[in-house]
Amino acid sequence: MNDYLLLVLGTALANNVVLVKFLGLCPFMGVSRKLDSATGMGLATTFVLTLTAVLSWLIEHLILAPLGIGFLRILTFILVIAVVVQFTEMVIRKSSPVLYQVLGIFLPLITTNCAVLGVALLNLQQESTLGQSALFGFGSALGFTLVMVIFAGMRERLALMNVPESFSGAPIGFITAGILSLAFMGFAGLSPH
Amino acid sequence: MYLIYALFSLTLMGMAFGYLLGIAARHFKVEDNPLAEKIEALMPGSQCGQCGYPGCRPAAEALVAGEAPPTLCPPGGRALAEQLANLLSLELDLSGVDDHLPMVAQVDETLCIGCCRCYKVCPTDALVGASKMIHVVVADACIACGKCVDVCPTECLKLHPVRPTLKTWRWPKPLLAGA
Repeated sequence: MNDYLLLVLGTALANNVVLVKFLGLCPFMGVSRKLDSATGMGLATTFVLTLTAVLSWLIEHLILAPLGIGFLRILTFILVIAVVVQFTEMVIRKSSPVLYQVLGIFLPLITTNCAVLGVALLNLQQESTLGQSALFGFGSALGFTLVMVIFAGMRERLALMNVPESFSGAPIGFITAGILSLAFMGFAGLSPH
Repeated sequence: MYLIYALFSLTLMGMAFGYLLGIAARHFKVEDNPLAEKIEALMPGSQCGQCGYPGCRPAAEALVAGEAPPTLCPPGGRALAEQLANLLSLELDLSGVDDHLPMVAQVDETLCIGCCRCYKVCPTDALVGASKMIHVVVADACIACGKCVDVCPTECLKLHPVRPTLKTWRWPKPLLAGA
């Protein structure tokens, strides 16, 4: 039990998918202007990431590995991701049209969020079990959501600040992201090994 | 052998996922406003954006919400404005719509430098050509949206009235006395 909790916290904080591994930077910069949309994006990505982590593990171990067609890995994973994203889009459109409007183009773009494919491939690299990969996916998504919310909060404050003209907008966003990344690197010092 | 495995597993996976998505699409079907769909079907559907909305669908939604006048669509012209006003039972003020002749874009071959800018913006792919070759307009596909006229650096693209051919020429309508 303790191991699993550590795995989730470790992937969410110390090995944060955005700020330490630098995956999924496009929605991180793109949808973090407002807290609402950042939260929505985080939740949608959480759903997609966890589900694809499980599905890709199943496909790898039930289809690709027994048949020896590992060379199709990236192709099939992208297929799975696209299907899950499409499904998520339908569900969100049905359940929350407002969120659907807010997320807009970024919802189908979860397909190309490199964090999703990255987690699926990292799971294989680490040779984790099904439960571990589900938790790894969930932990990464949790880290992603956390960082999105933190960064959106900071950007909402930055929008009201008196930033020098040449820095206002995206540049100050990038600088903030860099400092935030440095802060998250500090979590690496907490790990027992 | 790998090839056959790959072929079959990918095909089966694609079919299974497609089937699942099809079921999900039925299950999570969103009831759209039927009026907006009707209006969208009436519109030209080339997403040219001359109305100021990103495409025909948002324009149709704005019409339903009453945010836009029925005369919003320049390519649709008078005929579309009348249809829209009938459908939405709105009063129609046609004073802003100039009842222009059907137009078509034409390339002036003496000026065209083959820069390829025009066919990148054409919403109906009515412009054909290659780099440093003289471009040409497929008149049947042109909807006279005027986007190519704006980007042409040498002003060789202009909108001209459609010249009647033997097939399209009609007797003019009889004029009313006193009109």
